[in-house]
Amino acid sequence: MDNNKNWINQRFPLTKVWNEHLAEYYTPRNFNFWYFFGSLAMLVLVIQIVTGIFLAMHYKPDAALAFASIEYIMRDVDWGWLIRYIHSTGASAFFIVIYLHMYRGLLYGSYKAPRELIWIIGMVLYIALMAEAFMGYVLPWGQMSYWGAKVIINLFGSIPFGFGELIVEFILGDYAVDDPTLNRFFSLHVIAIPLILVILVFIHIVALHTVGSNNPDGVEIKKNKDKNGIPKDGIPFHPYYSVKDIMGVVVFLMIFSSIVFFAPALNGYFLEAPNFVEANPLVTPTHIAPLWYLTPFYTVLRAVPPLFDSQLPGVLAMFAALLILIALPWLDRSKVKSIRYRSWPYKVALGIFVVTFVILGWLGMQAVTPLYSLLAQIFTVIYFAFFILMPWFTSIGKTKPVPERTTEH
Amino acid sequence: MSEQTIDLKKRRFLTGATSVVGAIGVGFVLVPFLSSWMPSARAKAAGAPVDVDISKLEEGQLVINMWRKKPIWIFKRDKTVLDNLPTLNDSLTDPDNTVEKQQPAYAKNLYRSINPEIAVITGICTHLGCSPTYRPEIGAADLGGDTWKGGFYCPCHGSKFDLSGRVYKGVPAPINLEIPPYHFVTDSLIRIGVDPAAATS
Amino acid sequence: MNTRLNTTLSAMAALLISFNVGASGTDIHLEAANTDITDQASLQRGATSFMNNCSGCHSIEFMRYNRIAKDLNISKEDMLNNLMFNSEKIGSPIVSSMPEKGPKDWFGNMPPDLSLTGRARGTDWIYTYLKSFYADDTRPYGVNNHVLKNAAMPDILWQSKRDKSAEAFDQEVRDITNFLDYVSEPAQLIRYRIGVNVLGFLFVLFILSYLLKQAYWQDVKYGKWRAKD
Repeated sequence: MDNNKNWINQRFPLTKVWNEHLAEYYTPRNFNFWYFFGSLAMLVLVIQIVTGIFLAMHYKPDAALAFASIEYIMRDVDWGWLIRYIHSTGASAFFIVIYLHMYRGLLYGSYKAPRELIWIIGMVLYIALMAEAFMGYVLPWGQMSYWGAKVIINLFGSIPFGFGELIVEFILGDYAVDDPTLNRFFSLHVIAIPLILVILVFIHIVALHTVGSNNPDGVEIKKNKDKNGIPKDGIPFHPYYSVKDIMGVVVFLMIFSSIVFFAPALNGYFLEAPNFVEANPLVTPTHIAPLWYLTPFYTVLRAVPPLFDSQLPGVLAMFAALLILIALPWLDRSKVKSIRYRSWPYKVALGIFVVTFVILGWLGMQAVTPLYSLLAQIFTVIYFAFFILMPWFTSIGKTKPVPERTTEH
Repeated sequence: MSEQTIDLKKRRFLTGATSVVGAIGVGFVLVPFLSSWMPSARAKAAGAPVDVDISKLEEGQLVINMWRKKPIWIFKRDKTVLDNLPTLNDSLTDPDNTVEKQQPAYAKNLYRSINPEIAVITGICTHLGCSPTYRPEIGAADLGGDTWKGGFYCPCHGSKFDLSGRVYKGVPAPINLEIPPYHFVTDSLIRIGVDPAAATS
Repeated sequence: MNTRLNTTLSAMAALLISFNVGASGTDIHLEAANTDITDQASLQRGATSFMNNCSGCHSIEFMRYNRIAKDLNISKEDMLNNLMFNSEKIGSPIVSSMPEKGPKDWFGNMPPDLSLTGRARGTDWIYTYLKSFYADDTRPYGVNNHVLKNAAMPDILWQSKRDKSAEAFDQEVRDITNFLDYVSEPAQLIRYRIGVNVLGFLFVLFILSYLLKQAYWQDVKYGKWRAKD
């Protein structure tokens, strides 16, 4: 056994990698509930890749066959329904987990120095995940797939100076959403973007393991080391957090299975009813909205009125709403990381921001009415105000003293 | 409890128990994924038994039907052919059909069929899977002249079979052609894909 | 700390549950279908009703005869002799005997395939639709429909409506609706049962993983990893 290990270690740093990233990777001992979602995100990525591989064995990326091939999976393929429901539920679960993971970052200032790059890589991951989910949603070739694709791709048509139309045709490969569009989305969805996701996750973790994890107290455990150079508030990731994460995984799987087996469509939130009608270029569904995880940004898009007969301002606002998150590490001027020691203005602002984000998401699912349009505009302003005013409200108010060491809870 | 009483035995037991139960879980998860590779309901429907009406089949005539994407030959043999079959035994590799899986028990006879006149054979060469050609003419010059009593010739590697699908000696194909499961629904209707026993039960 | 977390989560959950995005744009009040997917007798009656009344015009092309026979405990012979009007092969999909062209002239369009109507429209819609025909002389078949304005379909169940009691007629419509709900997702029949087993299994695994975590974290609790100040 040891001989085999040596043989490998002379050729590949197996023991070194194991120690550096698991057995001797020192993690703050005070992680709470919010710290489960990183490993859960990786679990969901694996679930999506495995179920996706099996779905691709039966799915046909052809506008004439795609819709029927999904029903073929649902009925004729042994257990195909289960694999498909795991994949469709996994898509939404991915965003739930990622949103909670990002919220953790906001709570404990995980994006602040020296972890800015981890946050930026994470944001790129999030945007890539949106593209992945959007393209995946087109593949079943139902009414929502078709019209959703049409609306989202047409956003690019608002780019001025005649580039818009050119870009739209470039993306479509046709003059409307059709077979070439479906075929290239399939290719991007099953290989290109998953590859990017896996590589980015790897970089995300390498960067994390270089600086070490933040924690609910926002103290740097590496500042307090014992005589062996081990952080006094650190514990090895393995076995302590590996057993804890396994427990988290099981709890997650219980919730996940409850949806897969008892409510896979989740009342239209995870699988929309109109998408069980095959794509028809002649009839738009009475009410169309993207799936829930994209709706906050969709609301921002709808909230901004056209200017000079162009949809461009709305489109720019939507992308700005997404990209402004990247600037977070530099907008936050507070000397304190964790919400536990922050001043009250930040606590209030974060609370308002969370409520705003949820309301924006809800508005994005509703049909447009004058009242909802007004609300969308108000909450869009609040959304941006959170970021624009952040340098101000993070520098006022009295922060609590941050302890030297992590605290018990 | 104090620091000294940390129970390593309990810890080892729990590690083992969690691993075993987890492994069982992984085993359960494998079932749907592996099952999804089995023939689907569509494949099963496409592979369903095929009925062939032979009332218009003439002596010497061969019809090719498809069952599970394989050519199934059905042809009618006249008395000359049936009389010739036993005389070929010395030049065949396995004249007595000793390889069990090449024919159902009810076709393990001299004529390799239920009804001696009607032959039902899977038309796939046992060498590398080509489909041999039907060469019923007795004494064909290119197939050995007088010794050729009619049979099948595989164009890929030259394997030869007699008119009950038995392989000749000295050719690449190692064993006799396969006989598919079939039975007579009526005297003139053959159902390929179902054994006679399964049809009555 | 924990209270804030709980309020945030429960507020989000409440928002998610209380608003139904699947609702269609129509203002028509839909009657509750009250179907029960586990009621096999109802599904069997619904299948018979569907094959006799609907399958002449409507396909359910994603469904196979033998799947229905297996799922609803209908014997092969029964299926072949009493329920299969359009096909001889038990493994084939259920396709109506409508020619490609004719229906366009008769009804104005092809009768839609009903494989997924249960999911696309919902059971309440189907139930109410089938019960909402009324006399209207301006329409080609003398009937119109409250749920689907100017529906091209004749009131196929008019004889049942005339001859049966109100309760019996409602039950017949409910059976057809139940059958179409099953057809829209045949996996419904088994996924609940499997789900219960999966959750039971995961619960056992949870207990074990929780005890395992507690056992290891004793170290942290008793300071094996606390700094030696």
